[in-house]
Amino acid sequence: MSLLSRLQSFSDKHAISENTSVTPLSAVTNELYSPTEGDINGKRSILLGTNNYLGLTFDDACAEAGKKAIDKYGTGTTGSRLANGSYSQHKSLEDDLAEFYGVNHAIVFSTGYTANLGMISALVGRGDTIMLDEHCHASIYDGCNLSGADIIHFRHNNAADLEKRLKRLGDKISNTLIITEGIYSMLGDRGNLKDICEVKQRYDALLMVDEAHSLGVLGDTGRGLGQESGVEDQIDFITGTFSKSLAGIGGFCVSQHSQLEVIRYTSRPYIFTASPSPATIATTKEALKIIAQRPELREQLWRNATQLYTGLEGLGYELSPEISPVIAVNASTQENAMSMWTQLFDQGIYVNMVLPPATPGSRCLLRCSLSAAHTSEQIDHVIEGFSNLKERSMLQKKIA
Amino acid sequence: MNKSVEDIVGEVIPILRKFTKPDAEVTGDSHLMRDLDLDSVKVMELMMELEDHFDISIPLNALPDVNSVAELASEIAKLKSP
Repeated sequence: MSLLSRLQSFSDKHAISENTSVTPLSAVTNELYSPTEGDINGKRSILLGTNNYLGLTFDDACAEAGKKAIDKYGTGTTGSRLANGSYSQHKSLEDDLAEFYGVNHAIVFSTGYTANLGMISALVGRGDTIMLDEHCHASIYDGCNLSGADIIHFRHNNAADLEKRLKRLGDKISNTLIITEGIYSMLGDRGNLKDICEVKQRYDALLMVDEAHSLGVLGDTGRGLGQESGVEDQIDFITGTFSKSLAGIGGFCVSQHSQLEVIRYTSRPYIFTASPSPATIATTKEALKIIAQRPELREQLWRNATQLYTGLEGLGYELSPEISPVIAVNASTQENAMSMWTQLFDQGIYVNMVLPPATPGSRCLLRCSLSAAHTSEQIDHVIEGFSNLKERSMLQKKIA
Repeated sequence: MNKSVEDIVGEVIPILRKFTKPDAEVTGDSHLMRDLDLDSVKVMELMMELEDHFDISIPLNALPDVNSVAELASEIAKLKSP
């Protein structure tokens, strides 16, 4: 099959076309009225497909800091830090992140994706082993593939299964990196970090936790699941993103290990990417302060999550396993998911439609992401939207 | 004693059937994705079951060279050999 016909075959299979109906792939945001409402393809819509957990995308202090940074440093860095050098603000944000997490070392990457790609591919290589939770994000899988290490996955959140697989490694256990997440992006469930840390300690492996969806969302000061579970001192590397609670774009890794600094010289995704723009760094610095200083945003986010979860549960939908800012509704089939997505869009509600192979267990999901900035009235409107879906009556079981 | 690849094929097929359509014909020559219609998620689940059955670790990066049931059995035999 030629390269182009292979693409065409994918397009045909997934019904990708340039017709005039709105689909998740063709939807375009024309204007934003607030962190939770905008014009999508000419339709005023409640935004439930963002990861704007704390609603900071329009925060005055963040926006002002970004504007000032552009005035002072320009719009872009136009090169990588290893080649062009660092801006003082890159170093300053790394200091802020290290202080926020109470560790000595932090590295900023240009995206959350490259943070995972860059860390994993630099930490392990051929002959080493990665043990990763089967629900881990694609960026983690891609980092594993780039590393050349042996990739073995364990059953989701199952510390006993992890232990069984670690035992099988024998002598190779000393060069093993375990990878898990704080909140898993598809079903919104927390990682079983406490039990995984116990296993990790027994086998003396290294542990990396991606807190992309849990930063700003879990823990007393918003540091994530490690903080909430009281096991931060047992986590060797925490990665995360600026594109969710921090309302920008970029990624990071923090660690108590001084060897983290070496990654700057060995990580290709770090070396061969332009460094984050001055505006991005400036807005992220401000947002990080807000995460620590305004726990009421986190509290509001969880109230909103509870309102939507209980509302959808009351309608009889099969939902993801726990109340979380990420709530997945099982649509059962791709046809249902597409139909439900379109009906919601027509009612002014924008959610994420996520389909296999991106979803665990080949589920077809409508994923709703809450924000602290959603109003109770908006959430009521979303629940009403779901109540009107014609597929509602046939979707009854709980996602296992 | 090490099991032969044929023996392993015989053990793999019943496990594989949990992931195929009920009427699928499964032989050593069956192509996992093309003939048995396994998607990447099912292949991952299959690997975990096989790991437990044979008490081995099958690195995901070993899979690109595995297309047929016999090739999978051969990989398992390799991983099981001391």
